[in-house]
Amino acid sequence: MTRELEISELPQSATPPSSRWAKAVRLVMYPFRRGETPAKQAATGFYNDTTVCIGCKACEVACKQWNQLPADGMNFTGNSYDHTGTLSAESWRHVKFIEQFPSKTETSNDGRVSLNLVQPPAEGNRWLMMSDVCKHCEAAPCEHACPTGAILYNEFSNVYIQADICNGCAYCIAACPFGVITRSHFDGRAHKCTLCYDRQKDGLVPACAKACPTASIQFGPIDELRQRAEKRVGELRERGLAKAHLYGDVASDRYSGLNSFYLLIDKPETYGLPSQPVNPWTNMKGDYVRTVASGLLALAAIAAILLGVGH
Amino acid sequence: MPGLGASFGRGAAATYQQDLANSDCILIMGSNMAEAHPVGFRWPMKAKERGAPLIHVDPRFSRTSALCDVHVTIRAGTDIAFLGGIIRHVLAEEKWFREYVLAYTNASVILSEEFRDTEDLDGLFSGFDAETNTYDPQKGRWAYAGTDDQPTQKKSEPDQAGVHGYGLMGAGQSGAPTQRDETLQHPRCVMQVLRRHFDRYTPEAVSKVCGCSPDAVTRVAELLCKNSGRERTSAIVYAVGWTQHSTGVQIIRTAGILQLLLGNMGRPGGGIMAMRGHASIQGSTDVPTLYDLLPGYLPHPTTDPAHATLDAYCKKEGLPTGYWSNFREFVVSLMKAYFGKAATRENDWGFGWLPRLDGDYSHLLTTERMARGELTGYFLFGQNPAAGGLNGGMQRTGLRALDWLVVCDTFETESAVFWRDDPNGPPPSEVKTEVFLLPVASSVEKEGTLTNTQRLLQFHNKALDPPDDCRSDAWIVYNLGKRLRELYAGSTDAKDQPLLSITWDYDHLEPQVLPDGTLSRIESDPDIDRVLQEVNGYSNDPSTGQRKLLPGFSSLRDDGSTACGCWIYSGVYPEVGRNRANERNLTDNPVQPNWGFAWPHNRRILYNRASADPAGRPWSERKKYIWWDGQQRRWVGPDAPDFEPDKPPDYRPPPGAKGMAAIAGDQPFIMKPDGLGWLYAPKGAKDGPLPAHYEPVESPVGNLFYPRHAINPTVRTFEGPLNRIAKTATPEFPIVACSFRLTEHHLSGAMSRFNSWLNELQPAMFVEMNPEHAAEQNIANGDWVTVRSPRGAIEVRAVVTLRLQPLDIDGKRIHQVGLPLHWGYAGESVGGSVNDLTPLIADVNVSIHEGKVFAVRVEAGRNASQSPTPTKPPAAWPTREPIADTPDSAQPEGEFTHDAGA
Repeated sequence: MTRELEISELPQSATPPSSRWAKAVRLVMYPFRRGETPAKQAATGFYNDTTVCIGCKACEVACKQWNQLPADGMNFTGNSYDHTGTLSAESWRHVKFIEQFPSKTETSNDGRVSLNLVQPPAEGNRWLMMSDVCKHCEAAPCEHACPTGAILYNEFSNVYIQADICNGCAYCIAACPFGVITRSHFDGRAHKCTLCYDRQKDGLVPACAKACPTASIQFGPIDELRQRAEKRVGELRERGLAKAHLYGDVASDRYSGLNSFYLLIDKPETYGLPSQPVNPWTNMKGDYVRTVASGLLALAAIAAILLGVGH
Repeated sequence: MPGLGASFGRGAAATYQQDLANSDCILIMGSNMAEAHPVGFRWPMKAKERGAPLIHVDPRFSRTSALCDVHVTIRAGTDIAFLGGIIRHVLAEEKWFREYVLAYTNASVILSEEFRDTEDLDGLFSGFDAETNTYDPQKGRWAYAGTDDQPTQKKSEPDQAGVHGYGLMGAGQSGAPTQRDETLQHPRCVMQVLRRHFDRYTPEAVSKVCGCSPDAVTRVAELLCKNSGRERTSAIVYAVGWTQHSTGVQIIRTAGILQLLLGNMGRPGGGIMAMRGHASIQGSTDVPTLYDLLPGYLPHPTTDPAHATLDAYCKKEGLPTGYWSNFREFVVSLMKAYFGKAATRENDWGFGWLPRLDGDYSHLLTTERMARGELTGYFLFGQNPAAGGLNGGMQRTGLRALDWLVVCDTFETESAVFWRDDPNGPPPSEVKTEVFLLPVASSVEKEGTLTNTQRLLQFHNKALDPPDDCRSDAWIVYNLGKRLRELYAGSTDAKDQPLLSITWDYDHLEPQVLPDGTLSRIESDPDIDRVLQEVNGYSNDPSTGQRKLLPGFSSLRDDGSTACGCWIYSGVYPEVGRNRANERNLTDNPVQPNWGFAWPHNRRILYNRASADPAGRPWSERKKYIWWDGQQRRWVGPDAPDFEPDKPPDYRPPPGAKGMAAIAGDQPFIMKPDGLGWLYAPKGAKDGPLPAHYEPVESPVGNLFYPRHAINPTVRTFEGPLNRIAKTATPEFPIVACSFRLTEHHLSGAMSRFNSWLNELQPAMFVEMNPEHAAEQNIANGDWVTVRSPRGAIEVRAVVTLRLQPLDIDGKRIHQVGLPLHWGYAGESVGGSVNDLTPLIADVNVSIHEGKVFAVRVEAGRNASQSPTPTKPPAAWPTREPIADTPDSAQPEGEFTHDAGA
């Protein structure tokens, strides 16, 4: 957390840096690519309205069934009704449960009873639920980090991992500021939500959005979704939910917009989302300098030793 | 459902879920709708989006509470006290809907002088027999004054407990009221009796019983009052959290009284939505699977001499006025459907062939008899009593006492493996029961209708043949019947005649074609279409002998010219080629009348005549639904009127009128002999004409309202070594336990705990308890704990959460715990079954158990003898072969291993 704060102080930009060299490489390489690039379509995404999520986890099951993802273990966590724990290569949707109840009685039981309560809200007893998913960032660090080109933007501007190109290097895992991606222990490769690319190609709605009974997960052209979401925030604020806001609907000066964005009624941290996501590339210039400098230093040290030995 | 039947005339949800979106306020109580009915919950959410407050009153803070605007914690089993507090508020603050109540309810009817209320007799109504623990309504003079003034000299026979509970439908005979006081001032008029009855339910008194704050009662009451009346309507949603109590029927009665007082019945956005426990439970009471009913809520004949002949039976059970006056038409048509040509006027339409009931054969009582070794064989269709039945230990003792058991299920459930895997049971060598497991088709592998919670019949088609030897339940029953008939073929013995005469001809006339165009490989599958046509009803053209399907139940005749398998479903198949249950046509009409078929006659909101004022005008433009069109001289509106379509509002029955002619143009409750909504139910509920608060059978406190009668005096407990009951508060079991459902699992888990995708979402049985309680017992979140009741003990994980709150009940600190009901010892995910803890008791009306509240204690630590091991390993991945002739890149995204060489 402190490191995150530290980094967030650095000057950031929503778009990844792109050098003249990278452009030159693309110019040379692209003519050799096989196949037709599909025609660009309107950008699509998810609008996740957490205020109507009933925590039924139908999205999790629908996702696993459509994509034939394995069940990844029967692990009782004791963390409210969340036994999925985290997004992973096997779980592309994850419903979070946040219990916010002011504790009336102090319960000390030799320190054993720890409910680890997030600060309860002034509004009273709440049990927040949120269906988490890949954010499909407009400028995705994972796509930028991928050395093989396995991660790309498809014609719907969704971030897509081509599992057969992935070499399992895990750079994307380190790059994602939301902790979305992990490697599968089945094939060692990175997997995450595809926004049901296959269904979209056939004009279908992604499985999770289709299964959601309360329209908490809405799918569609991202511009339309943003308008709908803004209207909804306005209505909620009118009704006294002053903290209702959208998370990731537009790009900030530090991070790009998210094509899967959220309507929240508390701080992003309450939901386990970073309030200020960090682009790994803000560190890159320094990292390059440090890498080159330490390399030179090592060479110098080796030279010094060799020379010293020669004497 | 006699709770609804006694109040309104039909034991079914009065509205439909989609209409909840039109509510201005919704009270959800005894229901965990967001978790148990997540798809239906979208409609309350739509109401909420429009700004309607949602209220959840429940012992636990569940996912439903999380989505509601107001949540009130009450002690489990105190619902009547809470609702009584609201009724008192409505009456004391004069917030009731005066015109509605005066015109459409029996508020002004005067009661007999000899009737005594609980307020007069300290917790009992008049007519109680302490020997049999039953009421005799006749002796107690529950009837309206002037209709039944001369008590019969001979001791009247009280109805047998349990029998015909569902059958009553509130139809019970009670003459039309003769004495009324429109000023509502007469001390014996229903309104005044009601006021006196609920006077003690003050917010403070309710608070002491329920454990909520007095303000909570007032706040909920005010929200309901503010959102009811001419311009606004409020709805009440309940489920098994109300029904599964020793006072279940009366809890629903209380809600009925409240909705009648607020004028919410029969109106859009109003009503009482009964959420059923699973897919076709409504259908199973309609058609039915209940032992005491014939299809369409006709009472099953008993050994009572008054049921000996059809004439006598119709005289006893039919009614001279209201819709039940067509009783004979329904019964004769049913006999024609059952026995076809064999049913003739000469043989009393085969009425004598029907078996006669001589006692209570409900599931719970049968279990009790089974445990005593009085049964030899048992069929289970999609039922799992070993884990899902009350007092699981007793259920399994019963199964072990059988000679044979047939289990028809999709998986090897607890009931199929009790002889081998029951951790409490003896070794398999000592179990004598021979168990046959017949694998059955899943819902997509067979066709048929489901009647959902809102009486809506929806047909589902068969997508593919079931695998291997799996067959549909219908196949099993149909072929069993065929073979039995072969065994008795040619017999002239009188007792064999019903079996030989019964209509048993449902073969496919043409080969069955599957959706992909191929022929089904299943032989002798019954044609469900033909079954549904018989249920709908037909007449035989006497000249050609051709069958003609009936357009609805008004075409039924009692001369043997019509046959109908279930009169309330008539109209579902009005002509050849038109199965209305299979229609899915969306129109501009918000009621969507062409989506499926709702009984009766496709009416979506029942009693909707009440959506107009007595003169037939809508109560308000905003709540317009069905109204009288003076030019067309018809009732019109988006829904089918639940009324004679051309009976004008000013119609008044002539003296001595019979049948529907006796119902006036401004009496919307047409199933009632007096056409009125019953605030006071002279008949229909066997434990009293008005609801009164009694404690659950196992309660940590006494009854603060009626100290001399702690529990419902008519309840039947079957105490014995297998069924110990903590009838009085005991420090041994001080905790109030309630059972509940999770979205992730289904009932006893027979369909969900065999699926890895669901098991990973809720992998273990647990108990929800509050931190204070946990600290007292030195339990931390996630620990293994043992929950013990007088019936047994189970080991579970502890979920310590502030969603459960300790309660102060009359100065005593009471803890509640919640136990999900989904686990057992069979499947991938196994765990303690909550039903090993629940008691087997039965209410007097419908023999419903009290699974929703019982006494336990929670101790830290495991209970090793209770640790079941999974009977099925989790699914190995991938579960399917790669799709043939398809490149890796086009395989389902997640099937990682196909190209990994792993």
